[in-house]
Formats: sequence, structure tokens, C-alpha cells
Amino acid sequence: MKMMRWTALAGLAATAFTATAALTPALAGKADDTIRMAYDQAPESVDPFFNNVRIGVIIGQHVWDTLVYRDPNTGEYKGQLATAWRQVDDRTIEFDLRQGVKFHNGEEFDADDVVYTLNFISKPENKVVTQQNVNWIEKAEKVDKYKVRVITKKVFPAAIEYLAGPVVIHPNEYYEKVGPKGQNEKPVGSGPYMVSNYVPGKSITLVKNPNYFKDSPKPQPKISKIEIRFIPDRQTQMAEALSGGVDLIMSVPKDQAEQLQQVPTLQIVSGETMRIVFMQMNTLDNTPAPALKDERVRKAIIHAIDRQAMVKEIVGAGSRVLNTICFPAQFGCTDEGAARYTYDPALSKKLLAEAGYPNGLDLDIVAYRERNQTEAMIGYLKAVGIRTNLRFLQYAAMRDVITSGKAMLTHQTWGSFSVNDVSAATPNYFAFTAEDITHDAEVRDLLLKGNSSVDPQVRKDAYKQALKIIADKAYAVPLYSLPVYYAANAELNFKAYPDEMPRFWEMTWK
Amino acid sequence: MIAYIVKRLGLALLVALAVSALAFFLIRLSGDVATAIAGEGARQEDLDIIRQTYGLDRPLVVQYLSWLWQTLRGDFGTSIYFKTDVSSLVLAKLPVTLLLGLTSLLFALVISIPLGVLAAVYSNSWIDRLALGVAVVGQALPNFFFALCLVMLFSITLRWLPVSGSSTWLHFVMPTIALGYYVAPAFMRLIRAGMIEVLSADYIRTARAKGLPARTVIFKHALRNAVVPVVALTAVQLGFLLGGSVVIETIFALDGLGYLAYQSITYKDFPVMQVIVLLLSVIYVLLTLASDIANAWLDPRIRVA
Repeated sequence: MKMMRWTALAGLAATAFTATAALTPALAGKADDTIRMAYDQAPESVDPFFNNVRIGVIIGQHVWDTLVYRDPNTGEYKGQLATAWRQVDDRTIEFDLRQGVKFHNGEEFDADDVVYTLNFISKPENKVVTQQNVNWIEKAEKVDKYKVRVITKKVFPAAIEYLAGPVVIHPNEYYEKVGPKGQNEKPVGSGPYMVSNYVPGKSITLVKNPNYFKDSPKPQPKISKIEIRFIPDRQTQMAEALSGGVDLIMSVPKDQAEQLQQVPTLQIVSGETMRIVFMQMNTLDNTPAPALKDERVRKAIIHAIDRQAMVKEIVGAGSRVLNTICFPAQFGCTDEGAARYTYDPALSKKLLAEAGYPNGLDLDIVAYRERNQTEAMIGYLKAVGIRTNLRFLQYAAMRDVITSGKAMLTHQTWGSFSVNDVSAATPNYFAFTAEDITHDAEVRDLLLKGNSSVDPQVRKDAYKQALKIIADKAYAVPLYSLPVYYAANAELNFKAYPDEMPRFWEMTWK
Repeated sequence: MIAYIVKRLGLALLVALAVSALAFFLIRLSGDVATAIAGEGARQEDLDIIRQTYGLDRPLVVQYLSWLWQTLRGDFGTSIYFKTDVSSLVLAKLPVTLLLGLTSLLFALVISIPLGVLAAVYSNSWIDRLALGVAVVGQALPNFFFALCLVMLFSITLRWLPVSGSSTWLHFVMPTIALGYYVAPAFMRLIRAGMIEVLSADYIRTARAKGLPARTVIFKHALRNAVVPVVALTAVQLGFLLGGSVVIETIFALDGLGYLAYQSITYKDFPVMQVIVLLLSVIYVLLTLASDIANAWLDPRIRVA
């Protein structure tokens, strides 16, 4: 009996021990003016030129500034570190720089910073991770203390778009001294937020820059602290949001977002993103699926899939059906005059029979994300007699399959690095690049023409023709744009943008 | 005894080597490392630069041997993803994992010893069956699922504990329970079996006949003898705990070695993964070795086997 009493006591003690834990409640963000955000991937480096994850772009745009700013609401370009710019010749743009801007360490901003940064990142030996963001730059030249010229390697009409996005400006004296390694360990920029604490792989804390220059087109930051923690597990992120441990999570799957909608302390915001979804069909000479070389088979595949229903039932609010392989807001993207394919399983079966497959056919499909969407497509294809074998892979492994020409169908997605220009989208899959499994020389020539002209009308016409051929010949299945769901603290004024960039500088508490 | 230890040590080294080789080739089989590093949308020239930089263009066996040679000389290389040296990265994360391992072990012992003793003292009663139930559930429940149940209860419903992170001791409570509960059943059953055997021994009957109180007999005389095999098992279970921490640390975003292992798998950061696998296998092998030696020391019959 004594024994029993002892155990009961121990049990009581354990309960009391756990109860003391109750003394530390989860902190609400509004109370200490801090937005806590969870993100699943940690950036390899905070220096924007040395990472290729979205959170890196988000941190980059808060800690640093760019020469030009693109207003996310109007799409208009405004001067940020530059005040004005002009095209001097086909390959040269001249920028007037803003005076009186200071970096977080007090270093003054001038032409030397721009020249040093652009010349550093354009050299391949400096191994910038996202080469496509910088390899168009030939060099930058100082004209005077507040005037620089940027020279591109070839005619590059999207230059301003890149200078308004991934190409941030580093402080030259500091960067020269510490390099990318030091910029990662102790980042210094000129942006609306400053890095106050960074533990690689764990968390990064940003604090409001009190001296942020008043004329910046980015609004002055209001909320004093942003704490971003890297939590790889989605369920854990959900739990953090539910328990009030974090104020913002993004890329919440649709079904979970719908569940979270019931929670009074949270608001669910969804919006379209620039990420487009499409299906490639291998028509190369050595394709493992020769049936795909028949235009009727390709059209049968497009007619078989009810994209409208997929958008409504599976993909979610903010998504729209696409007719061409690009994001509608991108410069040069249009579906005008391009063939449109309705959902018509009967027509699909008829086309298959005409092509010599009255009993259907067997194909492989490779995919790497949103498996539920792949499975829906597999269901639609099965209904018309196309039996598909799903190979669900890691992105790297899937890319290997595609670039080695061994893929048949692919469930692809592409985010264009948030660059608002077709040159960052369609050519990646149709200009004889590694991932092009179509190889139509006419399409390639038109895309390259669009990429390399400075005349906007010439560019638009070339892209339009290329997109029309891709659609008319049914080289790929344009599916839909992907939405992103955010779960945010209900007290936060939060707006979603297509470039998947939460803009902390414009957020306030309700 | 010395010969025995030397023989076991040699075997241990071979095991660690084999594990590292296996890990190395498995990572490479799971997709092109260069593509994984370059990420979505990389061009051929980017991939070529990466392959050259990290020596990925050499034959696989050559890559493995050169890694092995550098490691043996104490050069663990640089993380591809975090761009810092692997040894300082791993060393910085090790304390969190060791702490979690020890607290979980402690938790496992704290629940399994009383339950094991109770189950033995009241064997075949409802208490015994309850203890068996607790053990079966602990063994059968996947620990990631159990972890999420804990989060549901303590963080979302009761709001007592923070969900994730590692900044205060409160952050360790749920991971400790989730991980410790998983290894507790083995201890519990071992203690129960040991206690039942010891309790029927003659010297216990003598102790009882002397009129000693039941508590003294059970804890002072019986448990001390029954707990000996537990010491050997502890070493092995500690190894399990270190391995299990990959899942638990990832769920709770505890900034330890397990989380680092998860990250390096995701990013194909093979220099880091190699070192973690090697380190964990060496620790595991050493723990097993220690338990073998302890057993041999306790029981001379093992030494000649």
C-alpha cells in the first residue's frame, strides 16, 4: 500500500511540474510590435546573390534596395536608389542616383556602390548562384559621383525589370572588405529593415531602419520587428499559427487553409502567384513516347483535362485557367489568336481513335509538387483511355529525366523568378534549352527575337507568334496559375501579391 | 580481455566505414547533386560550374576515396549550402541533440522503472496489464504522430507549451516526452522480467523473512540487481535516441544535429550529411562497444564466445 501512495505522489509532482510550464503563454505579435513568420526553407546565404529560395528574395527586398522599384499595384517603374534613367544606346542605360542615402553602417550611397556591385556580380568567377539574374550585365561605369552607366552584353530589354527585382546594391567599401561571406554573417544594406540577429538555418530577426530615406517609393516601415524562423514541418507551422506562436505562414495547402478559416484569431488571404502550371509533352526525335509526335494525340490530352473544374475544386481561389505558356501579366504574354481547347472527353476519344489509338495508350508522367493535382490529371486522362504511370520525384531527379530526353509527360511549374517579362518564362522551355523537349526551330527563333529587340512592339509581336504556334500545335498543355494561401494574425493588415512577396514595410496592426 | 576489446574495436571501425560508404552512394543515387544545388531553372553552364567546383565530375569511387582521405586527416570539408566548415557547423548543433538525448533517456527511465517495478510486483494483475498497455502503445505509435498529438494538446488546446524552437527549457518538454516515450517500453519490459526473476530468489525471501519493509526489499534488494541489464541496454537505446532525433528535431524545429541532418538531405549538402552519418555511426558503434565490454566484464562467459 505504501508503494501505491508513493507512486501517486510522484504522479502529482509530475503534474505540478508540467503545470508550471503554463506560466509562459504564447506571445501575441501586436503586444510587442513584432511580426513572427515561419518559413520552411532556410536560405543558404542572406546575401541575395547567393541563394535561390523565396525567403532569400523576401529578406533581400527588405534589407537592401534596388536602383528601380516596380509598384506592385500599378506595375509602374519608379526611381528608388536611382531618380531617373535613360537609354543611351541599344546596350547602355544611364542612371541618375539619389543623394543623401546611407547604408545601415553609415556608409554613404553613391556611384561607387553601384559600379562595384554590378561589376562584382557580373563576373562568373564570383559565382553568383542565380546566374540568369546577372549574366546579362557586361559592366557598369561611373560617370560622376551620382551618375552611372550600365552596359548589357547584348540588347536586353528586360534590364529595368531585373534592376527592379533581384539586383540589389551592396555598400562597396563594406562588401570589398568582407565579401559575400561577411555580408551573410553580418548583412548591411540600405533597405527599410536591418538585420539584428541571424542564426543560419534557424532564424533571422529584422528591425525597422529608423533612418530609411524619406523619398523611397517603398513606404516607411511601421512595425518595429520581424522575426523569421525556419520551421521545416508544415504541421508544426500550422500548430504555431493556431497557438499564436507565429503571425504569418505562407504556401498553406488549400484544404488546410480552409480548415484554418474557422479560427477567429487568424485570417486566410489567398492570391494568384506568377507560378504557372503546364504539362510538357516530349516530341523530340528520340522520344520514348512516339505517339506524342502526333498532333491529334497531344490535342486529345488537352481536351481530356477539365482545367476549369481543377481550378475550382483543387487548386483554389486566386488561380485562373491559362491558354498559353506564360503568366498573363508578363510583358509579351498574350493568348490572343492562340488556339483554345475546351474540356471535351468525347472529342478527345475521337482524336485518339483517328490517330490510331482506339483502345487508348500507356504513358509515363513525371511530377515533383502538388501531387493531388497530378493525380486529378491522371484521372481525367484515364477517363479517355490514356493510362499513365506516375513517377513522383524530387525536383533534381525530375529535371534529370527531362533533360536526358527520357520524359513523356511532365507536370511542370515555373515561377519566372518573379520577373515580369516573357523572356524569363517561355524561352526556358521552348528555345532549345536543356528542358526544351519540343525543339521547334521556328518557335525558338521567334522567342530569341523577342528576347533581343529593344522595340517593345517588335518584342510583343514575336512572342505572340511564338505563343500562338505553341498553342496551335498543342506542344504543351497550359493549365493554370497557382494561388498561394497565407494564414496571418487576424490583427495584421496584410495584402497578397502575385510575386509571393510579403511586404512587411507596408504592414500595420489593426 | 584486451584481445577482445581490440577485436571489437576493429569490427566497430569497419562498421562505421561501411555505413559512411553506404550513405555516400545512397545520396548520389537519389538524383544529380549539381541540379539539386543549382535549384529550379539552372542552366547547363551553371551545372558545369557547380560540378567543377565541387569535383562532382570525377568518378564516384574517386570522390568517395578523396573524401575518406580528407576525413581521416581531420579535414571535414565545407558545407555546400551554408558555406561554413562542416566541423564547426556540426559542433555548434551537437549540444542540443546531446541534451535532448539525455533528457529523453532520463524521461524514459523515470517512467519505465516505476512501471516496470509495479508490473513485476503486481504481475498478472490489472496494474501489470496497464503497464503492458502503456508499453505497447509507446512501441506501436510512430513518434512523429505522438509528437503532433502532444502539440495538439499542450500547445493548441491548453496553450501551455511553445510549439517549436529551442530557446528555453520549455521548448524541450514535448520533444523529450515524444522521444523518451518511444524508447521507454524496452526498459519497462526488461525491468519487469528482471524484477520477477529476482523477486523469486532466495535472498529476497530471506529479506522478507527478516521483517524488512516491502519498500526496502523491492528498491534496495531487488531493483539493484534487476537494473544491471538495463545499463547495457541504455547504451544501445541512446543510439536509437540520437537517430530518432532527426524526426523529432525536425517537427519541433529544434536547432540540433537531427534538424541539420534533415536540412542537409533536403539540400543535398553531402559534406554535412557524410559527417553527420559518420559521427552518429561512430557514436552508435562506440556505445554498443561500451555495452559489449560492460557485459563481458560482468559475465566472463561472453569473452570466450
